[in-house]
Amino acid sequence: MSDQALKRTPLYDLHVALGARMVPFAGYEMPVQYPMGILKEHAQVRERAGLFDVSHMGQARLTGDDAAAALESVSSGDLQSLEHGQQKYTLLLNGDGGIMDDLMVSRPDENGLFLVVNADTKDGDFDYIAKTLEGRAKLDRRDDRALLALQGPAAMRVMQAVAPKAAKLTFMQAARADIFDVNAIVSRSGYTGEDGFEISVPADKAVEVAEKFLSFDDVEPIGLGARDSLRLEAGLCLYGHDIDNTTSPVEASLLWALPKVRRERGDFPGAERILKEIADGPTRKRVGLKLADRAPAREGADVADKDGNIIGVVTSGSLAPTLGEPIAMAYVTPDFAKTGTELDILVRGKARAAEVVKTPFVPQNYYRG
Amino acid sequence: MTTKYTKDHEWIRVEGEVGTVGITPHAAEQLGDVVFVELPDVGASLKKGDEAAVVESVKAASEVYAPVSGEVVEVNSAIADNPGTVNEAADGAGWFIKLKLSDAGELDGLMDDGAYKEFAANEG
Repeated sequence: MSDQALKRTPLYDLHVALGARMVPFAGYEMPVQYPMGILKEHAQVRERAGLFDVSHMGQARLTGDDAAAALESVSSGDLQSLEHGQQKYTLLLNGDGGIMDDLMVSRPDENGLFLVVNADTKDGDFDYIAKTLEGRAKLDRRDDRALLALQGPAAMRVMQAVAPKAAKLTFMQAARADIFDVNAIVSRSGYTGEDGFEISVPADKAVEVAEKFLSFDDVEPIGLGARDSLRLEAGLCLYGHDIDNTTSPVEASLLWALPKVRRERGDFPGAERILKEIADGPTRKRVGLKLADRAPAREGADVADKDGNIIGVVTSGSLAPTLGEPIAMAYVTPDFAKTGTELDILVRGKARAAEVVKTPFVPQNYYRG
Repeated sequence: MTTKYTKDHEWIRVEGEVGTVGITPHAAEQLGDVVFVELPDVGASLKKGDEAAVVESVKAASEVYAPVSGEVVEVNSAIADNPGTVNEAADGAGWFIKLKLSDAGELDGLMDDGAYKEFAANEG
């Protein structure tokens, strides 16, 4: 980060009024937690519903007759088959097959593709997409919009009361809907493993919409701290930590985001490396780990085999509040990636027993209709 | 009985030649929910400023430093079993270790209650 002043989302004053602790994140002052605290906020989303301000993330429109094919040329997605009302999770790939970002692409209406990218990478992503696709598709940043996420098992009940049309969406669908009389783009998705919605509204309507959601008994404001522990339990990657410019979709265990039709065509950036890794196996693989005792392993902790040889590194780690035990994501050499493999994680130099487990760590609870 | 404070937000309460060490309620609040505590071995010899314990919130790990030099004569295993006690009673039941002081004179370099309050308020 430079010494530039931190930016604020349209909900900044509301966060402060709600008692949030504000911290710098991706160039923004964001709420890491509210007075409730991370553990209770986490449980709130697992058991009822929470509202997140994710307005720091990048929103944009990509338009042009050739927009979907053009976006495919820089990404892993099968976007030409993206129908009206659908959303897909896609990876922006560099020429070496590394992941430049992970993003959501939807077609909520007749106005082209709607993109949501990560906060830290949005300037780079949007410049790159605009330049690379110039002449084929037109990218318009939508910095005039805020983004809210309503997540948790009670999210559907709340949405039924607010916008029955939006409540009918199923997982990974997107549509235009009026939310408290505000024209919004709503998708049935999120970053918690729970059922829920992401709601894009004009920035000047964000406070009004957020306050109305928060007036429901089932809804509490949730900070970035719980957002991180929720996504980790759900086995979802955090860009810049679990995936980055060097990790390929094969290494990252995200091959499902590179559909068969794209693999067969082999027309994505970094195809040479990625197809070779599919055929011959990668040199490292992202896995989930569960620790035997209570000491959490953090990003950067070495992973060792039972003979003490370093065979990997932790990329995310925390106590899993739902499970009451520490979990982690790590990259390990493929010989140690099999479920059930016993390893050690070196926490402050001390070997702590861990086991490769399937992810998600906590079952996902998506609404598929 | 005197209580003194460090700039790293530890407190030490001295009775006779033994000091009980913990983190201040201000520090506990800044950390957020404590989920793990790692305590030293009884018998460990610590110098002023040495890492005495580790306290982890959901988000991150932080060190607890020895406010003065001494030998660890007792550790609070109750907070290892129930780390949330550190949040609930940072200046009481949430204590970390008891130190047998090797140089009581080191206490003079620490802040008293009033000085710490001012320090914590100004730290922002």
